Amino acid sequence: MSRIAARFKALAAEGRGALIPYLEAYDPDRSTSLELLKAMPAAGADLIEVGMPFSDPSADGPVIQAAALRGLKAGATLVGVLDMVAEFRKDDDETPVILMGYVNPVEAYGYDRFCKDAAAAGVDGLILVDLPPEEAGVIAAPAQAAGLDMIRLVAPTTPDARLNYVLAHASGFVYYVSIVGITGTRSASAHDLASAIPRVRAATNLPIAIGFGVRTPEQAAQASSIADGAVVASALLATLAETLDEQGRATPQTLPRVLEQIRALAQAVRTAGQKAE
Amino acid sequence: MANPTEHGAPVAQSNSFRQQPDEHGHFGGRYGGRFVAETLMPLILELNEAYEAAKADPAFHKELVYYQTDYIGRPSPLWFARRMTEELGGAKIYLKREELNHTGSHKLNNVMGQILLARRMGRTRIVAETGAGQHGVATATVCALFGMKCVIYMGATDVERQKPNVFRMRLLGAEVVPVTAGAGTLKDAMNEAMRDWVANVADTYMLIGTVAGPHPYPAMVRDFQSVIGEETKAQMRAAEGRLPDVVVAAIGGGSNAMGIFYPFLDDVSVRLVGVEAAGHGLDSGKTAASIERGRPGVLHGNRTYLLQNADGQIDEAHSISAGLDYPGVGPEHSWLNDIGRAEYVGATDNEALEAFQLCTRLEGIIPALESAHAVAYAAKLAPTLPKDTLLVVNLSGRGDKDIFTVAEHLGVTL
Repeated sequence: MSRIAARFKALAAEGRGALIPYLEAYDPDRSTSLELLKAMPAAGADLIEVGMPFSDPSADGPVIQAAALRGLKAGATLVGVLDMVAEFRKDDDETPVILMGYVNPVEAYGYDRFCKDAAAAGVDGLILVDLPPEEAGVIAAPAQAAGLDMIRLVAPTTPDARLNYVLAHASGFVYYVSIVGITGTRSASAHDLASAIPRVRAATNLPIAIGFGVRTPEQAAQASSIADGAVVASALLATLAETLDEQGRATPQTLPRVLEQIRALAQAVRTAGQKAE
Repeated sequence: MANPTEHGAPVAQSNSFRQQPDEHGHFGGRYGGRFVAETLMPLILELNEAYEAAKADPAFHKELVYYQTDYIGRPSPLWFARRMTEELGGAKIYLKREELNHTGSHKLNNVMGQILLARRMGRTRIVAETGAGQHGVATATVCALFGMKCVIYMGATDVERQKPNVFRMRLLGAEVVPVTAGAGTLKDAMNEAMRDWVANVADTYMLIGTVAGPHPYPAMVRDFQSVIGEETKAQMRAAEGRLPDVVVAAIGGGSNAMGIFYPFLDDVSVRLVGVEAAGHGLDSGKTAASIERGRPGVLHGNRTYLLQNADGQIDEAHSISAGLDYPGVGPEHSWLNDIGRAEYVGATDNEALEAFQLCTRLEGIIPALESAHAVAYAAKLAPTLPKDTLLVVNLSGRGDKDIFTVAEHLGVTL
C-alpha cells in the first residue's frame, strides 16, 4: 500500500481527517525550508505538500506568488526540491509527501526522468495545477510506472459529467478546490462545503482533501471533518513571510511561529475527530 | 464549371496547412492545447462550444461584418509604398494599412469578434491583458460601445511607457489595473488577468488579445484576424493580378502575423516571414525572440516556444516595443516554424527605430514600434530581391502612442 493510502486508512481508523500543511521549497532558503519540512510531522502534519517554485504561478494568489519568488531567488530547482525530499526521507519513511506546482519545470526536467527521480527521492504524489486530465497523457504512464499518485483537482465549477471524467484519472486522493478563485483569497462556508463534498464523494472512493481558503484552526477542523483532509497553505506562508527580516531572510522566529500555527491547526483537526465520534 | 483548385489549393485537401488545430486544440499534435487549472477547464470547454456555434451561425457573421465595415472601417487599404520601394531599390513594397482601423491597430478585428461572442454567452464583465495598450484600448472601446464593464490588466512598466494609451482606456470607462509582479510587463499582466477570470467565472469573459492561451483562443483569434489576409489576397490580385511573393509581419504573440499568414498557408509560393523582436540582439540575453532563442514549454494555457532557463522558469523578455515584450508566441507559429511553412527572423530595437523613421519620412505613415520591426526586416530583405517581387508588410498599428519612447531614444525632450 502507498504511503498516502496507508496514512488515510490509519486516520480513518482513528476517526479523523488529515491536516495537510504546505511549504514552498527554498522559502526563504534551502536549510530553513528543509528544517521546517523535517519538523512538520512532529507538529501534527499528517501529509505534507511541498510547493515547487515557478516563475508564473497563475492560479495562485499574492502570498504563494511571493513565496515562489523567494524560493527561486534562493536557488530552487527541481533537482534541489527532490534532494530536499530525499533528505527528509532519511528520518521519516511514513509521512506522505506530495509535490505541487506547475507543469513547465517538470516538462523541462523530462517527464520520465522526473517521475523516476521523484519516486527515488521518496515523493508519493504529484499535483500539477495547470495539467488537466486532457493534457496529462505526457505523464500518466511514467507516473504510474514510478508508483506516483496523480492527485487531481476538482472545483465547484466542475460539472457532474466532467467530475467522472476527471476522477477516472485520479489516484491517491482528490483535491477539492473549495472556492472559485485563486489561493489564499477567500474561504468557502461550512454550508458550501457540506453541500459540495457529497457530490464529489458520490463520484469516487478516494479520500477527499479540501484546499484553497482553509486558514484557521476552525476552518481546518470543519474541512477535515466534512471531507477527509484539509490543506493549509497561504495562511502558513503568510506567517512565515511575517517573520522574515528586511532582506527577506529567516529569523529565529521563523520556524517556531510556523510550527506553532501547525500545532494549533493539528489540535483543532484532532479535536474535531473526537467530537465526531 | 466548379473547380475545387480554383483558389489555389483544394478546399478540404487532407495535407492542407489550414486544418489545424485538432479537436483538442493541438497544432501538429504538439503545440497549443488546454493547460489551465480545473476551475477554468469547464469555462474553456463552454467557450469552445459557444465559438463553434457562432462560427456556424450566418447571423453571427452578418453582425460581425456590419461592425467591421461601419465601425472598424474595413476593408483597410493595401498601399503601394512607392518612395520606400525606390529608396530600397528591390522588391515592390506594399503596406497593409491595419493602422487605419478604428483605435489604430489590427487589435479591433479580434476584439470585435470576441465581444459579440461574449454577448451571445450572456457575459457582462470583460477582463483583458495588454502590453502596449493597443489591445487594452480596443477592448475598452468595444466595452464602451456595448456598455459592458471592463477591467484591463497592464504591467506597471508598460503603464509607465504607454501613458497615452492608459489615459485613453480610462477615458473609455475602463478600469486599468497596474501589475507590479515580475518585470511588470505583458506576461505578468496575463497572469493577473487569468487570476481575475478564475475568481469571477460567473459573469466574466476573458478577452485574450493574441493567438495564444488555452484552446480555443489561438484558433479563434486567428480566425477573427484572418480578414487581414483575405483582404490582402483580393487587393493584391486587383492591383497586380496575382498573389504576393513575400508577406512580412511582426510577431509578439503573433496575432497580426497569423491573421495575414493564415489565408496564404496553402499558397505555398507565398513566402511568409515573421519578425520577432530581437531586443538588444538575438544573443544579447535581452530579447523577445521566443522562436529563435526559446524552446517549447507550457505557459498561459498552451505549449509553445518560450524564453526559459534550463529549469523551466520563464525568462523576462526584452523589447523596446511593449507589444512584443512577451516570452512566448502563439502555438500555431511554433508549428509553422517546425514544419518550415513560415520562417522566423529577428529585428533589433535599433533596427526598429531606424525603420520607424524610414517609413515616417518616406511614406508619411508613422508605424507602431511593433510594426516597425516588420518594416525593418522588409527594408533588409527588399534590396536583395528582384524588382518584380511583390512584398507585403503588415502595418499592424500606428505609432502615435510611441512618439515619447522614440523621442527619448533619439535624445529629444518633448
